[in-house]
Amino acid sequence: MRTITFASRNTKEITRDILTLIFGIAFPLILLLLLSAINKAIPRGYGPTNFQIQYLAPGITVFGLSFLSLFSSMLIAKDRTTGFVLRLFTSPLRPSEFILGYTMPMIPIALTQSTVCYLCALFLGLPFSANLLAAVAVNIPIAIVFIALGLMFGSVLSEKAVGGICGALLTNLSAWFSNIWFDTSMVGGAFETVSNILPFSHAVKAAQAAAAGDFGAIFPELWWVVAYAVVLTAAAVAVFAVKLKKN
Amino acid sequence: MEAIKTEKLVKKYKDKTAVKGLELTVYQGELYGLLGVNGAGKSTTIKMLSCLTQPTSGEAWVMGRSIKNEAEQVKAIMNVSPQETAVAAKLSVRENLEFIARIYGCNKKESKEKARKMIEDFSMEEIAKCRAATLSGGWQRRLSIAMALITQPDVLFLDEPTLGLDVLARRELWKYIEELKGKMTIILTTHYLEEAESLCDRIGIMARGALCAEGTAEELKTKANTNDFEEAFITIAGENTK
Repeated sequence: MRTITFASRNTKEITRDILTLIFGIAFPLILLLLLSAINKAIPRGYGPTNFQIQYLAPGITVFGLSFLSLFSSMLIAKDRTTGFVLRLFTSPLRPSEFILGYTMPMIPIALTQSTVCYLCALFLGLPFSANLLAAVAVNIPIAIVFIALGLMFGSVLSEKAVGGICGALLTNLSAWFSNIWFDTSMVGGAFETVSNILPFSHAVKAAQAAAAGDFGAIFPELWWVVAYAVVLTAAAVAVFAVKLKKN
Repeated sequence: MEAIKTEKLVKKYKDKTAVKGLELTVYQGELYGLLGVNGAGKSTTIKMLSCLTQPTSGEAWVMGRSIKNEAEQVKAIMNVSPQETAVAAKLSVRENLEFIARIYGCNKKESKEKARKMIEDFSMEEIAKCRAATLSGGWQRRLSIAMALITQPDVLFLDEPTLGLDVLARRELWKYIEELKGKMTIILTTHYLEEAESLCDRIGIMARGALCAEGTAEELKTKANTNDFEEAFITIAGENTK
């Protein structure tokens, strides 16, 4: 009950900041529109495969979720800068309830963001299919990865610093190693190895497989992302608990 | 019965000792004033007693529960009004109050009823629907205190509650605190000495991380051989800060 109450408060804090919310949902759409336009301008057969709508749309939905890190880190960092955090820290809320309470409101945002992205992709030529519902659901683990990363950074860094780390560095890293913009196997070597170790490219491949209805190909990739989601959420709880004690 | 008891309570930050072996007893229903110059250790003491920070050594009990081993139980029976205004900026006054009531275990109906009562007690009817961020500093502070009281704690820590309030609002709050006397144990820290003298049953003066004098305002004045409480404070705190 305490977790839901706290989550409800956080939902209000996020949804009452309309500009940030619109930016979070609109930015991936703008990217999708721009890249589709570029792809259409390239003569057929010469453009990169990654930019074809059936690959691009799932990729952009995953990339769009990287903004959840910014949302979650800003929320927690902002709370930490005010006296309100003292009130929360002296309340009976446990570290796990804090992290869950910060995570829960982000899930509907993630689902909305992915749904809006796929709806837009339909107008850009993505064939309509029920598989797209599965593709939206498959994005939940990577959404949790981004949220947990944001909560970890937001627990230790200032509001200004998380803007740089989550808003710039993390979104760039997730873009480079995700296979969305280019095939990392073309770079090869350590770059490809790092890309395979990190969860981003696996999330993109799982989303692409789900959108294509190739369900057998989802799970080897998704397990990788689920493992990251579990470990990073546990790490976020641990970091928050340490922060709470060291206050 | 003892509401708060500390035994050789110590808090060290790297090479600085903020609280040095504090021995403090506050009785149930008492309004206890904790005074001291800046850096005397008052805020650190409150932070430890409200489980915000762990003591380096020593022990303390709130209503018989250890702050080290039973922090969760301690948190459930006490509340704090921090020095900084502590409100959720984007929630309305009513939502802030209901939110705190609910995280302390009230159901929806109870939290609504308690919020209604606090809004009435603190004369906040006209601003009940306003977001906290839009309120003046004085109203935010009043809301912050109401949020600490809504859970009807056994022990309430009021850290500089009237800081930033105008004279009228301060007097109104004093009246409210007076009414709470005996209903809960209150630990009040303040730099307004007339506030401590007028409200507190007993006053402890801290200097250099330790309690250097304790008693009623009258006893402290007698101890310092003066009729003026401010003079008494200056004498006692000054002697122990040298």
